[in-house]
Amino acid sequence: MKGNSFFYCLGQGFVGIKRNKVFFLASVATIAACVFMVGLLMAVILNVNYVIKEAQDSVCITVFFEPETSEADIQDLGKRITDWEEVSHVEYTSPEDAWEKFKQEYFKNEPELADGFANDNPLATSASYTVYLTDITYQQKVAERLEAMTGIRQVNKSEVTASALSDFGKIAGIASLAIIIVLLAVSIFLISNTITTGITVRAEEIRVMKYVGATDFFVKSPFVFEGIIIGLIGAILPLIVLFFVYRSAINYVVEQLHTFSSAFSLLPMKDVFYLLVPVALILGAGIGFIGSMIATNKYIKV
Amino acid sequence: MIRLENVTKTYDDNKTHALDHVNINIKKGEFVFIVGDSGAGKSTLFKLLIKELQPTSGDIYVNGKCITRLRRRKIPMLRRDIGVVFQDFRLLKDRNVYENIAFAQRAISAPPSQIKKNVAEVLTLAGISEKYRSFPDQLSGGEQQRVALARALVNKPKILLADEPTGNLDPGNSQIIMDILEEVNRRGTTVVVVTHNHEIVRQMNKRVINLKNGIVVNDIREGGLASER
Ligand SMILES: Nc1ncnc2c1ncn2[C@@H]1O[C@H](COP(=O)(O)OP(=O)(O)OP(=O)(O)O)[C@@H](O)[C@H]1O
Ligand SMILES: [Mg+2]
Repeated sequence: MKGNSFFYCLGQGFVGIKRNKVFFLASVATIAACVFMVGLLMAVILNVNYVIKEAQDSVCITVFFEPETSEADIQDLGKRITDWEEVSHVEYTSPEDAWEKFKQEYFKNEPELADGFANDNPLATSASYTVYLTDITYQQKVAERLEAMTGIRQVNKSEVTASALSDFGKIAGIASLAIIIVLLAVSIFLISNTITTGITVRAEEIRVMKYVGATDFFVKSPFVFEGIIIGLIGAILPLIVLFFVYRSAINYVVEQLHTFSSAFSLLPMKDVFYLLVPVALILGAGIGFIGSMIATNKYIKV
Repeated sequence: MIRLENVTKTYDDNKTHALDHVNINIKKGEFVFIVGDSGAGKSTLFKLLIKELQPTSGDIYVNGKCITRLRRRKIPMLRRDIGVVFQDFRLLKDRNVYENIAFAQRAISAPPSQIKKNVAEVLTLAGISEKYRSFPDQLSGGEQQRVALARALVNKPKILLADEPTGNLDPGNSQIIMDILEEVNRRGTTVVVVTHNHEIVRQMNKRVINLKNGIVVNDIREGGLASER
């Protein structure tokens, strides 16, 4: 197709949309709903994965020792634990480190208060190992094994909500997938209807084009352009909405939830939309293309 | 230029033959009238030539090529060689005369630089240059048919098929159309005209093919009518 023909067909695609407003709006609305659902689902899945991964990284078991355990025994314990398959690495916190950390947290504003303890570390028996796992699901098993070892006074586990979270995610994901498939089918149906109406309105033009020897491709392409344009508009609108929704979600999380869990935050905007924008545009254009191909192949024959 | 060999066409829902073992040979540069009663198969013949219909049996040659088994993809190229006009003009009402004619050029992706020139040329040939900005409903029947003719000619077809081009026109306008067709023929285009207007057929004194119930009942050479009298 030559350049001028391309622009002619593209222009004709826009003309078609102008003539056919009601169907155009209905198609755009369903595609928008479909793309919105896809976008929402993607944003949620990306964030759930993110949270699980964060949780995975921060899940650890803290191990404290019996007061009489010697430095050498502690070192020996550390070596043995590190060798376990389920353990990714182990960090040692000496009583001095523990005290420093404690001071940072609780005497931040009145460091002179802490000075009273300078030569008498109240956490002298608080040496600990922080055990990081290769997978959070091992937590229970590893904790039990640690408790059974001699020389260990206390084992602290993190609260694990990640697995529950991913189960919920699965159900929500399947439900939204079903909705998306339905919306996808409705979008394609509506777009092919829109295009079919356009074809009917322009039957006379199509007939003349065929008599003068226009190729199938030339006759069909304005309608395919029309479908793709509708699809892209249907994709851009929910992207804009999702942008604002996601931005306020991030702000909400920052303002409301940081008091409960400072670790929890949403994925940054960039990370989500980097993937979401191309997916939405391809989806919209794809729906438009398929819908219009169905209509043109059915109703335009040489 | 146009050759039919034993062409038969039967419509699916119709037991009788619209065309029945028809043999016709029209040479390059000829001007031919096709006459016959309603239902004789004249329009069917035209539809076969532009491959809007497929013959039930027999072979059709256009411009030296057998089109009977022409692939669908090649049909547009066949149609670029054949201009068609109809009794009911079939102009696009939402655009003016110029745009109606330019439409045919755009449909075959003619270069924009040529469209203007070609449209101006056929406007002059059809004698409607002054009306190029008018819309179809601002024109008389005769003028509309001239626009339709100009549109059929703008892509420079080798053959022009006119199916009752004067069917809706008074004798004066019919004459104008016939004069244009004759000029088109004089410039080298093969012209085939279906008509019920015996007055015109007699006056023009061209070859006449007479169809009846799908059969060619006679084929009178150019000047034949005159010599018959
Ligand atoms: N689409 C169709 N389906 C079934 N039968 C058809 C169809 N088109 C035409 N026919 C039949 O084929 C025969 C020839 O029709 P055609 O239109 O070729 O006649 P014609 O000579 O052009 O007539 P007219 O002078 O009235 O235009 C007629 O009997 C007609 O009823
Ligand atoms: Mg007819």
